[in-house]
Amino acid sequence: MTETSGRVAACLPIRSDTDLAWVRQHVRQAAAEVGFGLVEQTKLITAASELARNTLVHGGGGQVESVFLDHGRARGLRLTFTDEGPGIPDVERALTDGYTSGGGLGLGLGGARRLVHEFSIDTSPGHGTSVTVVCWVGVPPRPREEAR
Amino acid sequence: MSWGLEGPVSTHVPVLRIGDVLLVTLQGELHDKAAEQLQQDIGEAVAGSSAGAVVIDVSGVEIVDSFLGRVFAEIAANAKLLAAETVVAGMRPAVAITLVELGLTLPGLRTALDVQEALRMLAQPSTPLSPGQGRQENA
Ligand SMILES: Nc1ncnc2c1ncn2[C@@H]1O[C@H](COP(=O)(O)OP(=O)(O)OP(=O)(O)O)[C@@H](O)[C@H]1O
Ligand SMILES: [Mg+2]
Repeated sequence: MTETSGRVAACLPIRSDTDLAWVRQHVRQAAAEVGFGLVEQTKLITAASELARNTLVHGGGGQVESVFLDHGRARGLRLTFTDEGPGIPDVERALTDGYTSGGGLGLGLGGARRLVHEFSIDTSPGHGTSVTVVCWVGVPPRPREEAR
Repeated sequence: MSWGLEGPVSTHVPVLRIGDVLLVTLQGELHDKAAEQLQQDIGEAVAGSSAGAVVIDVSGVEIVDSFLGRVFAEIAANAKLLAAETVVAGMRPAVAITLVELGLTLPGLRTALDVQEALRMLAQPSTPLSPGQGRQENA
């Protein structure tokens, strides 16, 4: 599903752990505004927290843009996390549960993908990384195997 | 969109002593630094007392990501070195569901429905529980 238009809700910096808290707070409010249920909100905020932390820790800081999506009966939220860090040389490996180049658990990226409906990574070594996720209101979670 | 003046509040986390148990109550947004501070505080509190258990009340916590999850796991691992058990109490169903999907299993952590149940569990021999056990959530 590719969405075409949307209203930009916010563009927030990700430069410190305080900013991470702001991002979570923003996503909580935006998700409530779009009409997500409690579980969906919690999943989306958690995914956002993981991706924002990656932007900060691995990408050296960056920003997140949130966009309200409204396509007739389908309402959703799109979040794009962008940094100008080192990029991800091997995306498949980075998405593997348990893979970390630092001291993490290696769950953030793969876990975030499981928590949302649409997930894409645009990265090139030396030029940065952009991770985009979309959640739609009232759409059941993806089947597990599709998320892999 | 405007947020008003105050940002998400990072709370001071008190560690209470109830008999043999250290009770920590978490509320709202926990910044990464506050979580790391908490880990250190609990470590010191366990070391400086003869506490046999740590109960972390997370009923007021809306989000647990892999960072906070790892902090919980490390608190439990440290406490274990000092022969103290750790129980996470009152995790919201939405949070438990999300953690499972995230893939965070929190090994070494026992969970309880609430603080009361945690205290009851600690008075009995170990039976590990899984997060969200026995609970249902309407999505
Ligand atoms: N924005 C980014 N820029 C560069 N590398 C990244 C970025 N995001 C993720 N990575 C790479 O992908 C790996 C896996 O990310 P993931 O979030 O799954 O694990 P982690 O951040 O290492 O640990 P955790 O999130 O569990 O604490 C990272 O270790 C890092 O090497
Ligand atoms: Mg990560």
